[in-house]
Amino acid sequence: MLSRSANNLFWLGRFMERAEATARMLAMGQRMAMLPGSQGQVEWASIMQATGTPLPENGGAVTEADIVSSLVLDNHGASSIQACLSRARDNGRAVRTALTQEMWEGLNEDWRYLEAMEPQAARRNLAPILEWVRRRTAIFKGCVETAMLRNEGYDFLRLGGSIERANMTLRLLNVKYFLLLPETEVVGGGRDHHQWMSMLHAVSGLRSYHHYYDGDYAPWNIADFLVLNQAFPRSVAYNYSQIDASLTRLQQSHGDTHTCQRTAHTELERLSAMNINEIFNDGLHEFLNDQIVKTGRISQEVSEAYHF
Amino acid sequence: MPFNEMEESSGIRPPYRSIADWIRETGTDLLDRRRAEAEAIFRKIGITFAVYGEGGDPERLIPFDLIPRAFSAAEWSILDRGIRQRARALNAFLYDIYHRGEIIKAGIIPSELVYQNAAYLPQMVGFSPPGRVYSHIVGIDIVRTGPDSFQVLEDNCRTPSGVSYMLENREIMARMFPDIFTGGPVKPVDHYPDELLRTLKEVAPAACDGEPIVVLLTPGSMNAAYYEHSFLADLMGIYLVEPNDLFVEKARVWMRTTRGPKKVDVIYRRIDDDYIDPLTFRPDSMLGIAGLFDVYRAGGVNICSAPGAGVADDKAIYIYVPEMIRFYLREEPVLENIQTFQCSRPDECAHVLANLADLVVKEVHGSGGYGMLIGPKSTKAEIEEYRLRILDDPANFIAQPTLDLSTAPTLHNQEISGRHVDFRPFCLVGKSVRLVPGGLTRVALQPGSLVVNSSQGGGVKDTWVLQE
Repeated sequence: MLSRSANNLFWLGRFMERAEATARMLAMGQRMAMLPGSQGQVEWASIMQATGTPLPENGGAVTEADIVSSLVLDNHGASSIQACLSRARDNGRAVRTALTQEMWEGLNEDWRYLEAMEPQAARRNLAPILEWVRRRTAIFKGCVETAMLRNEGYDFLRLGGSIERANMTLRLLNVKYFLLLPETEVVGGGRDHHQWMSMLHAVSGLRSYHHYYDGDYAPWNIADFLVLNQAFPRSVAYNYSQIDASLTRLQQSHGDTHTCQRTAHTELERLSAMNINEIFNDGLHEFLNDQIVKTGRISQEVSEAYHF
Repeated sequence: MPFNEMEESSGIRPPYRSIADWIRETGTDLLDRRRAEAEAIFRKIGITFAVYGEGGDPERLIPFDLIPRAFSAAEWSILDRGIRQRARALNAFLYDIYHRGEIIKAGIIPSELVYQNAAYLPQMVGFSPPGRVYSHIVGIDIVRTGPDSFQVLEDNCRTPSGVSYMLENREIMARMFPDIFTGGPVKPVDHYPDELLRTLKEVAPAACDGEPIVVLLTPGSMNAAYYEHSFLADLMGIYLVEPNDLFVEKARVWMRTTRGPKKVDVIYRRIDDDYIDPLTFRPDSMLGIAGLFDVYRAGGVNICSAPGAGVADDKAIYIYVPEMIRFYLREEPVLENIQTFQCSRPDECAHVLANLADLVVKEVHGSGGYGMLIGPKSTKAEIEEYRLRILDDPANFIAQPTLDLSTAPTLHNQEISGRHVDFRPFCLVGKSVRLVPGGLTRVALQPGSLVVNSSQGGGVKDTWVLQE
């Protein structure tokens, strides 16, 4: 396929996944802010930091209105839902011939829906809108799974999705780093616990976690679940296995081996051999940042290998 | 009174009988609901059309009128002959002006109209494109003024757009009203993409060995007609490429793919001449494929339409098309031209200036209904302003009488009444000449309006060609 089309599909995958991840992160923020004594400001600020969104210039408190204007209805920000869906559509539009009718119509409808949304309405209905984003991105993925040809176009789309999802789970965990506990609270206390639980909630992993770790809500278990668990589809390790699988399929159909395949494979093996205590001993935040950089490198290597 | 295509004094005209029955049985209420549904479907699919310089909705819909426009088999046989004839003559003309220029030597067309034409490309002189075809898709705009009179308004020899509406309008009608097509007399149009691909493959360049690789070259997704580009590429199953996807190496054209370079044989381009090759045409162009033109001249690739084909659809050349038909084909023109005054001729210019209030005045190189004056619909001030423009550069203008365009029934504000229509068929020229029975009917939605251009608030209709 055209290299440009591969690039468009790769980024279509990334932007759809990012729109969903931002929605999940915001739902987490709302949940964290519900705790008694919370004003929401710290939680929202930490989410903006984790997504790389600039904080308000006046240095004042971050409100839900700021969140809506910078992460929901902003047309330019890197993680804003509207910007992601609009760029997903632009990328889809450039490769319309590689999409199914349903995929395209979905992208077009999503874009039109947010395009027509008033900021006030968005503030009043933040929770339903975040719910809507999760539903719409799920429908899109359903259309991909049930009707898209299993050719290299599918692999590039999936590859973009897996890279983005690994990246966003890393960023989600970073929210906890930015979210300093008030001095009156202790690590492992009620607020700390609630924040970890909100994280599980955001990735729709509450029940699976319970099933896996027998109801023991310990931060290291939750981190293990989100980073190293190979069965949970939003974990970093799982997504690396998907990156590896997509790249292997591309390698098989093209017959060439590239740096990106070696990097992804090495990373997958490293993650498989790790245990969460090592990560905590060396510092979770350092691990997360390091892994965000590595994920970015694979993305770069993919574009070099396929002449994007 | 304009010619009413549906009704005459003695009743409903035969081609419209089934349509009239259908309207009566369906009722305007239901038709209006269906119209809203059709619009929703068009929006959902994203069949939109960006309008230059108008602001507002960047992805506007062209309004779709549900009531089809119909031609009888007898009417179509005239159109069919006339359209093919014109398409052949225009291609013969293009070959001639880039070779011996016989028609100029014979004194039929003034040489300056050709050789000093902005669209004339000296780089094309002496070169013969495959099959001697320059314009592979000829869009001919036709109006009707009476039961037996069809006239050509203008020719489009470069990259006429609108064929996606011909296909989508039929598709949507069939989706909403399947009953009227079942076993009915309406000839299908959905083989157009196959015919187009066949045409493009027929004109593969000399260097092509094996099955020709055809691509559609678009300026990109920001272009007003991008929907059509992707739609056609999809239906033909060919690559939709942008200029940056192509490059020249070893005297061939290649596209960048995930598996490395892939050879390209035929480029169906939907970008203008100026933006094809910055080395040959416009050094400042951001678009374009450096070196493409040299490969083209060496027979390594074909470009459809050929660079320089625009001379044939110039409005100053238009006047001579009937003469071309006689000169090259030794036939009498089947379709008439509209009487046209050239402001470059002092006597005709004087006539135009004296009668501005009754005439339609157009720029010679203009298109799409931009920058024209419709005398009867203009204010005194507008006419005087336009007069100054003509006086400033008379050769840049032509004028035609305001025509009583035929009307076809159209749904407007839940009522059905006549609106002026025109017609654009798409004639394909490769080794043979092909014409799908149908085309794009454009309709001026405002009561009494004569402007059908989609950029000026016109709408579209499904066009039926009926069997015997």
